[in-house]
Amino acid sequence: MSLVVYIAVMAVTTYLIRVIPFAAVRGRIRSRFINSVLYYIPYAVLSAMTFPAVFYATGDVVTSSVGTAAALIMAFFDLPLIVVALSSSAAAFIAGCLIGIIG
Amino acid sequence: MKQQFRRGMLHGVPIMLGYLSVSFGFGILAIQKNLSILAAVGISVTNLTSAGQVAGVGVIAAGGSLLEMILCQLVINLRYSLMSLSLSQRLDSSFTLPHRLIAGFGVTDEIFAVASVQPEPITPPYLYGLILTPFIGWAGGTLLGAAAGNIMPAHVTAALSLMLYGMFIAIILPPAKKSGRVLLAVALSAGLSVLCRVLLPSLSSGFAVILSAVAASLITAAIFPAPERGEGSP
Repeated sequence: MSLVVYIAVMAVTTYLIRVIPFAAVRGRIRSRFINSVLYYIPYAVLSAMTFPAVFYATGDVVTSSVGTAAALIMAFFDLPLIVVALSSSAAAFIAGCLIGIIG
Repeated sequence: MKQQFRRGMLHGVPIMLGYLSVSFGFGILAIQKNLSILAAVGISVTNLTSAGQVAGVGVIAAGGSLLEMILCQLVINLRYSLMSLSLSQRLDSSFTLPHRLIAGFGVTDEIFAVASVQPEPITPPYLYGLILTPFIGWAGGTLLGAAAGNIMPAHVTAALSLMLYGMFIAIILPPAKKSGRVLLAVALSAGLSVLCRVLLPSLSSGFAVILSAVAASLITAAIFPAPERGEGSP
């Protein structure tokens, strides 16, 4: 099978998944319940994507957990996204170095 | 107009930095699977999705069928439908069909997350700006990763893989701290997602995310209806 065909099929499928609800739902949804569900969806999606995957992100549960703890603490104090993201990585990196020295 | 575009681009910078490291990893992976640099970048600029691309490259490398490719993308990326639906409710009236057809391409987890917590309705220039910087990061990172191969030490790339999760935590924690309803949705969703992983390890991560998020949002909405718009920020 040609590579271009694979890539095209992949791209079109992904595009349609995204654009159909975006283009088709033009008006405002009036149901209070559906609006409530849609209000919670962003937070719920991000949460489900983060947990438990974040504990395996570096390939090592210990360094991942250190990074996760750093992110939770930084985010708790309302620090900017990029600061939280970088300190999370930095904490995991330092933890990895320390474990390397001890082990 | 211009100001909104610039504001969107600025909001996209943290996403761009996160994408640089993730797509760098994708570039390396694509080369390992015997794809060319051009193919790797071609996939990134036409798909703009991490999990879907990694799985797609797997299907290509295994010589899978096109049906397998479609199903695989559908399952992993179905969460975008949910995000697009949610985002469709936040769009400004200036968001006409042509704008929707273009901007719909750029609905990713992170772009969606940043866009949906903006207090005011989303305008086309803002969303285009918010898509553009991450898009450059995604394409650029893929190019660098594919071109450089594996030059970064493994423990550096491993630590960098935490960046996007750190960003997610920074997006959900502050509102969860302020609102008990949001905290409930977030905690339920995380709990269900962990349960899926433990009890149903064969379930794909895309499906697990959809199941957990929808169930958590339904339960939370049944207990606490969300505030009407304008009544407290999301």
